Amino acid sequence: MLYGFTWDTSNGELAFALSILPILLTGLLTTLKAAFLGFFVACVLGLLFAVLRGMPSKLVAWSTAVLIEFIRDTPLIVQLFFLYYVLPEYGIVFPAFLTGALALGIQYSAYISEVYRAGIQAVDHGQREAAKSLDLPPSRTFTHVILPQAIPRVIPAMGNYLVSITKDVPVLSVVTIVEMLNAAKIIGDQTFNYLVPLSMVGGIYLILTIFASALVRLADVNLPKKGIPLR
Amino acid sequence: MHWSGYLEPLAHGAWVTIQFTLYSILFGGICSFAFGIGKLSKNWFISGLSIIYIEIFRGTSLLVQLFWLFFALPIAGDMIGIDLRLSPTVAGVLALSFNLGAYGAEIVRGAIQAVSPAQYEAAKALNFSSSQALWRVALPQAIPEMMPSFSNLAIAALKDTSLVSLITLTDLTFAAEQLRNFYQDSTTVYTMVLLMYFGMALVVSAIMRAVEVSVTRWRGHRR
Repeated sequence: MLYGFTWDTSNGELAFALSILPILLTGLLTTLKAAFLGFFVACVLGLLFAVLRGMPSKLVAWSTAVLIEFIRDTPLIVQLFFLYYVLPEYGIVFPAFLTGALALGIQYSAYISEVYRAGIQAVDHGQREAAKSLDLPPSRTFTHVILPQAIPRVIPAMGNYLVSITKDVPVLSVVTIVEMLNAAKIIGDQTFNYLVPLSMVGGIYLILTIFASALVRLADVNLPKKGIPLR
Repeated sequence: MHWSGYLEPLAHGAWVTIQFTLYSILFGGICSFAFGIGKLSKNWFISGLSIIYIEIFRGTSLLVQLFWLFFALPIAGDMIGIDLRLSPTVAGVLALSFNLGAYGAEIVRGAIQAVSPAQYEAAKALNFSSSQALWRVALPQAIPEMMPSFSNLAIAALKDTSLVSLITLTDLTFAAEQLRNFYQDSTTVYTMVLLMYFGMALVVSAIMRAVEVSVTRWRGHRR
């Protein structure tokens, strides 16, 4: 029994599959919650990294670049263990779920900061010059000229990273989080039937990613290429 | 315990990690070219098979693939009467390579399609067969274009090997977990492990840059 649902092992494979579907879907909900929370953290932290990376101070810019490279080059599972075991030694105790989402967010912030940077750099330099010649202050240039044009370029890449994060959530099972894959593994451990639950998890992932990729492509096609006004 | 005492067990783990990285890059590279070229095939069976392979391995999580090959495949084999029990090592290498190959296949396909159509027309005009056009005209130009993406993929391969610790393989991540259990010194152990992965990643990217320089010569002089 898991999440209050029991499985049916005596009436064939199909009855078994149907009886564990609610369990896997409950697990999927946890997966999606972790993915969205992680994505939110990554968006905020990624923006911070992108801003620090673009600082005029060489020391700040360079050390941020090294930090981003370090985060990109080390595995999520080790970063997760680091947060899960090391933070409590310094008196910082989060629930496992938050630690997991934080680890996902940190790993992806390194990728997403590059997306921001590329999106902002891709805006034609003439736009900045025009804003300057119109005597727009730098803050308004950023929010009303640069950002509206950068957003449509950035959104498809962000969507792809959201899909990637969802595929990385199963790693969180190592810190006791029962998401979809871990739920399937627990069912397998107890019924000795791994084939049905693990194949179902694969199938659900496949449906989810094909659907999400189609959505990203749709957004890519339909976003106004010239920019989205922020007012 | 002093940090230097952890070096030996971690080095053993790191060696396993390096081996898994090399095998998955080797077999993943083969899969990339086989299925990337396969997807462009005019034979519907080959291109269909390649598309299904790429969608399945890109569309599901690596950990799902790893668990499926290790836990579920033996049961599937049992049903049809074949012994498909894989050792953890084989399951690990297969899952890593197939996953990497699916991402690599899209890189290979993209780079081949980016070769200018005029090149194929020229090859046709010179009476090249389509396999000659592929091997002697398209690939020498496409491979240098693939290299930056393959560099990222090689780093991803290194990072992904850390997941094999979850099917009982004694790689660097597994060694760290054992040391932490034994000495309860997580700060030192995990800091060292993160730095070791970072060091290995820097070596991988240096090697990939050297390969990139050497294959760029294939492209010849551009006018």
